[in-house]
Amino acid sequence: MEKKEILSLKRIATNIRKGILRATCSAGSGHPGGSLSITDIMTYLYFKEMNVDPKDPRNPDRDRFVMSKGHCAPVLYSTLAERGFFPKEDLTTLRKTDSYLEGHPNMKSVPGVDMSTGSLAQGISTAIGMALAAKLDNKNYRVFVGMGDGELEEGLVWEAAMAAAHYKLDNLICFVDYNGLQIDGKITDVMNPEPIADKFAAFGWYVQSIDAHDYNQIEQAIENAKKQKGKPNMIVAHSIKGKGVSFMENQAGWHGVAPKPDECERGLAELDAYLASLDKEEQ
Amino acid sequence: MAGNIATRQAYGEALAEFGADERIVVLDADLSKSTKTDIFMKKYPNRHFNMGIAESNMMCAAAGLASCGKIVFASSFAIFAAGRAFEMVRNSICYPSLNVKIGATHAGISVGEDGASHQAIEDIAIMRSIPNISIISPCDAVSSRFAVKAAIEKEGPVYLRFGRLAVPQIYDENATFEFGKGVTLKDGDDVTIIANGLMVQYALEAAKILQEQDINARVIDIHTIKPIDRDIIIKAAKETGCIVTAEEHSVIGGLGSAVAEVVCSEYPVPVKMVGIEDKFGKSGNPYELLKLYGLTAENIAAKAVEAMQML
Repeated sequence: MEKKEILSLKRIATNIRKGILRATCSAGSGHPGGSLSITDIMTYLYFKEMNVDPKDPRNPDRDRFVMSKGHCAPVLYSTLAERGFFPKEDLTTLRKTDSYLEGHPNMKSVPGVDMSTGSLAQGISTAIGMALAAKLDNKNYRVFVGMGDGELEEGLVWEAAMAAAHYKLDNLICFVDYNGLQIDGKITDVMNPEPIADKFAAFGWYVQSIDAHDYNQIEQAIENAKKQKGKPNMIVAHSIKGKGVSFMENQAGWHGVAPKPDECERGLAELDAYLASLDKEEQ
Repeated sequence: MAGNIATRQAYGEALAEFGADERIVVLDADLSKSTKTDIFMKKYPNRHFNMGIAESNMMCAAAGLASCGKIVFASSFAIFAAGRAFEMVRNSICYPSLNVKIGATHAGISVGEDGASHQAIEDIAIMRSIPNISIISPCDAVSSRFAVKAAIEKEGPVYLRFGRLAVPQIYDENATFEFGKGVTLKDGDDVTIIANGLMVQYALEAAKILQEQDINARVIDIHTIKPIDRDIIIKAAKETGCIVTAEEHSVIGGLGSAVAEVVCSEYPVPVKMVGIEDKFGKSGNPYELLKLYGLTAENIAAKAVEAMQML
């Protein structure tokens, strides 16, 4: 990818991160940590890769995205708003009684949300149905999935993993946002899901491991996935929980706690400073 | 009249009969020979998917298929469809109100020899409490065919409850049904017996027993438990003054509860319930089990008399 394009994606991702902070701060609850860690992947998907149209969010031929770790609704909403599916101002209505922005994604109320999620592992499982439907109808849309690493502790993930390989769903591209932390601490302490890549490979998936914050690596992995035939794709994306906001990075405590107004301001200031540095880099 | 046919058999045959619709996809969880979706599979192999022994994944995959425009029938035994996969049905199918039809077979204790682990006696209670879902529990082959047709035509989640046991034909081949509307099988003005599923035959037998005692019982088949036909229940309460319900399900949360909810709020009259009295089933011959658990014409008749004595 050219430097200019990477800078552009970084700028968009930073704006999405700002939306995550504003939304969760306004709500007074929500999940910023895992939202920030998967932001770069979301940015690449919605601004470079996926065939979606904000003016026609239900187009039957569109690519789908399922946020299997539904608690990361803030990054999904912020990405969709940035992409033009609904006004960015609405992000601060997140989780409020009169808002359509439910705490976890609701496909019936939020334009651009392809599946209602929230209960972990159900997202990847529904994505299998979508990928199967594409095969059945001879359509070439792809189904992308964002999963958490802690989510892999759910048994349903492995039922889904088996089915995806059995039906050779190579139109399914999943990302594990591997930030290493879940609510109660390190995933390796709570219930170790390692070795993640080996497990999916053993289940018959085409597995790649990348840096979740490196756009060239994200692009390369998706291109590789598109080329291979006959296997579902798992991209294990090593990430930093809370990425982009210094005091949130690598802290399990920011899994499900919203920033207070002063913390939000500090975070926004950091992200604005980063935006300014990107401007400088471009010049 | 044709010989006895299990409602699950009629389910499989109806799927095959209506299966020409390209939108219809059938999923099973390694039980296609028992749920009878294999009949559909033989006719439309490319639209039948075996999801293996993984009911939770099957329900979510069904939701995903439905989100892409498919009418999905997801089949398993009632205990796994409503029990094991409850939360997937709730969150992935019912919350977004997706077009998934749950074909739940082997409901109730008439599963017989397999015993309590496989006898769903709480599935209607569980499903009934979830918003957006409809529930049909047909009593014979003719009404089962209707149930499948109604499920195809009705947008959104539908739970279809079928049995393992062959049951007598209650309806004429040309009978017509309406989704959400009960059927008065026999008129009467002393007491009303409201039944569904395999208990409908015993409700009709109970009416004959009562007739011998000069009690004229009305018999209603409530095939659609949700949404329930409030009008037919209220009319029965007003005109006959008392009600007995009969179901092959726990008395907690099923048809009896649904009828009582309507009666209590609209026109309170005595309601007696015949069903499984808050206990697990057991292994045994299905007909012996039905007797052992009081799911008999005699018990319905006795409860009818009790209900009348409360007036």
